[in-house]
Amino acid sequence: MRALRPAAVAAIAAATAVTAVSGCAAKNDGKGSGDKGTVEVTATDTSCELSAKEFPAGHVRFAVQNKGSKVTEVYVYAPGDRIVTERENIGPGTRAEITAEVKAGSYEIACKPGMKGDGIRQKVTASGKGAGAKRDPKLDAAVAAYRKYVQEQADQTLPAAQKFADAVKDGDVATAKKTYALSRVGWERTEPVAESFGDIDPKVDVRADGLEKGQKWTGWHKLEKSLWEEKKISGDDKKLSDQLITDLKDWQKRVGKAEITPTSMANGAKELLDEVATGKVTGEEERYSHTDLLDFHANVEGAEKAYALLKPVVAKNDAALAKELDKQFKVIGELLDEHRDSGSADGFAAYDTVSKSERKKLSDGVNALAEPLSKLAAAVATAK
Amino acid sequence: MTHDDDTSTENTATESGEDTQTTEGRAPSRRSLLGWGGAGLAIGAVAAGGTAAALRTAGDTQPAGSDATAGSAIAFHGRHQAGIASAVQDRLHFAAFDVTTDDRDELIALLKEWTKAAARMTAGDAVGDGAVGGLAEAPPDDTGEALGLPPSRLTLTFGIGPTLFEKDGKDRFGIKARRPEALIELPQFPGDNLDKARSGGDLCVQACADDPQVAVHAIRNLARIGFGKVAIRWSQLGFGKTSSTTPDAQTPRNMFGFKDGTHNLAGTDTAALDKHVWVADGDAKGKESWMAGGSYLVARRIRMHIETWDRTSLQEQEDIFGRNKGEGAPVGKKNERDTPHLKSMLPTAHVRLAHPDSNGGVRILRRGYSFTDGTDGLGRLDAGLFFLAYQRDVRQGFVPLQKRLAANDALNEYIQHVGSALFAVPPGVRNADDWWGRALFA
Repeated sequence: MRALRPAAVAAIAAATAVTAVSGCAAKNDGKGSGDKGTVEVTATDTSCELSAKEFPAGHVRFAVQNKGSKVTEVYVYAPGDRIVTERENIGPGTRAEITAEVKAGSYEIACKPGMKGDGIRQKVTASGKGAGAKRDPKLDAAVAAYRKYVQEQADQTLPAAQKFADAVKDGDVATAKKTYALSRVGWERTEPVAESFGDIDPKVDVRADGLEKGQKWTGWHKLEKSLWEEKKISGDDKKLSDQLITDLKDWQKRVGKAEITPTSMANGAKELLDEVATGKVTGEEERYSHTDLLDFHANVEGAEKAYALLKPVVAKNDAALAKELDKQFKVIGELLDEHRDSGSADGFAAYDTVSKSERKKLSDGVNALAEPLSKLAAAVATAK
Repeated sequence: MTHDDDTSTENTATESGEDTQTTEGRAPSRRSLLGWGGAGLAIGAVAAGGTAAALRTAGDTQPAGSDATAGSAIAFHGRHQAGIASAVQDRLHFAAFDVTTDDRDELIALLKEWTKAAARMTAGDAVGDGAVGGLAEAPPDDTGEALGLPPSRLTLTFGIGPTLFEKDGKDRFGIKARRPEALIELPQFPGDNLDKARSGGDLCVQACADDPQVAVHAIRNLARIGFGKVAIRWSQLGFGKTSSTTPDAQTPRNMFGFKDGTHNLAGTDTAALDKHVWVADGDAKGKESWMAGGSYLVARRIRMHIETWDRTSLQEQEDIFGRNKGEGAPVGKKNERDTPHLKSMLPTAHVRLAHPDSNGGVRILRRGYSFTDGTDGLGRLDAGLFFLAYQRDVRQGFVPLQKRLAANDALNEYIQHVGSALFAVPPGVRNADDWWGRALFA
């Protein structure tokens, strides 16, 4: 997909603004009477009109006509900006059809003239039974902002991973080593979401011990082993570096469809610390390169981001928890700072130089943060 | 080795009517709790010998079995903490903690929360809102592995290490001046090979229960409550109690196959407990007054060289202990509880050296456990005695005794002390408003 999405829109605010702008829309132009269950979407360079703003839940068809001069795309977003469905590359003067299974609830439809930005948005409602309870708009805002973050991380990972892949393809061991850990940061920051795509994770981030019988080892850690353990790059490794980019592009493209809820964000933050507790603090994750501390740091950053977005709600529901989390994030940050090394490629000391007692301190810090973090979901879930 | 011989104490606390409150309805009468069973396991040499007989005063003892089998609850509140004079349970999970916060209020809040959780768990109840039935999105308050299990005579005994008062020259929580004089730095004993990672600790909790799952559950939940304020420094699981505070019961055997601690203090022997185990009002004056009714706990991880021991002739094994292996009778005597004739033992015999008569009448209350932590990587059983001993003052109890043993005990060839810690064990939690360490921080 297109590269950066500067636009990934700060959801909520943007959504409101868009509605205002396109307030004009809304009326069907007479054609909407067609098939029941079909919503006509008329896109121009400045508007996005719908034949209906309310339709029955279930199988819904969106018939899109691009009357503008730019190539456009149309997205259907569930709350939190989760992509329900989308269609790109709708040329000027052409029609396209999008279908989706839509549950009862509130959605937004966005036309994106020029295929950029947040698009021109319309709020729509799928009616029917089972329309979920309304959730605090602050939480929807948090989810949308988090989704934006996740998308940005994926977008930023691609060029970093490309540098790494290029070095591998050049057979340049030294450069590949320097760019390896840095290419993983975006992935590590958003790991719970990244892992929700069960087919991508085993291709890009699996370790030797996670392989099933007969499974070919691909992804970062296979290349890590070649670089540090075997100290050479094979022909197969070069192919694997292309495969890594392909798989990461797949992730980048699909990440907007990930199911994210306030509680999954909260539990995702906790899971990031679980990753640290089981893989990083032990040195298992980066057993050849010993770049565990950068992963560790990225996991903590990702958790902190999710927490920061949920904090307005948490601070109201459980002020003591918010206070504890603020404190423990600070503590773990300071602990990690003790291991910064400006001389290393990734900015942190190699983990095999971290003593047992220092690892114990890090582990204690992780427990101190992860335990209150495990209470975050409850603080969000009880928010009404 | 250790000395364990004999002393036992218990929480007799209850007796005191002071506090009265038992949290638990199902608790059997305290009296029954105290039964004394077998005597101590020996290893801890100390006490051993002689006293034993004296201890078994009859009367209030109950056969150990009666309460032990019931899975009943032992009252948490009392003048002394439970888990000291209480009849020794079958299993142990002992944990030493480092305090990681430097905020006094936060530490106090934790101690209150711990006390509350301890009262619930020893009564057989779950922590907080329980293990199930809460919010589906959140982890439960209680970890749940003790659901459905009886209280199993769980006791949780809390202690404070010297480093809580002062560490690296710093008065950490404003209590430096209240450090009891008896809470010394233990001297280095000959033959010690102490692993720092298995020694010391700012706080400790001794969990004893008849069901290992119940003991592990208790420490696990306390650790969880403590994250961010304390961190586990080391812990030890134990089985096969090596000492008993109930002389009427069978004396347990240690990993060397010997009955050890025949003469441990009986938990019902209030006079002996007052003399040897509980800190008296007069001991704890002024800034130490918070320790009145408490005790001092020495914890030592004693590794046993199992394989070489097993290749030692029966005669030599018996000579080393000063008792026979089958009955446990002292050298030249017929029955286990016959008064030992120390002079007929080798001068280096464990019982002879550990006996109160060789130590100016000093006795300690032992309640150690055997441990086996798998193998050590060289194919040797990583096993031994986790020695726990309570006493009124280590300077009269463990220290001189261990000095004697470390210098002379024939058993030293087969054992090595690899972990060590000393804790001040405050008096009991009096009622629901009281908490572990309150008098210290008041």
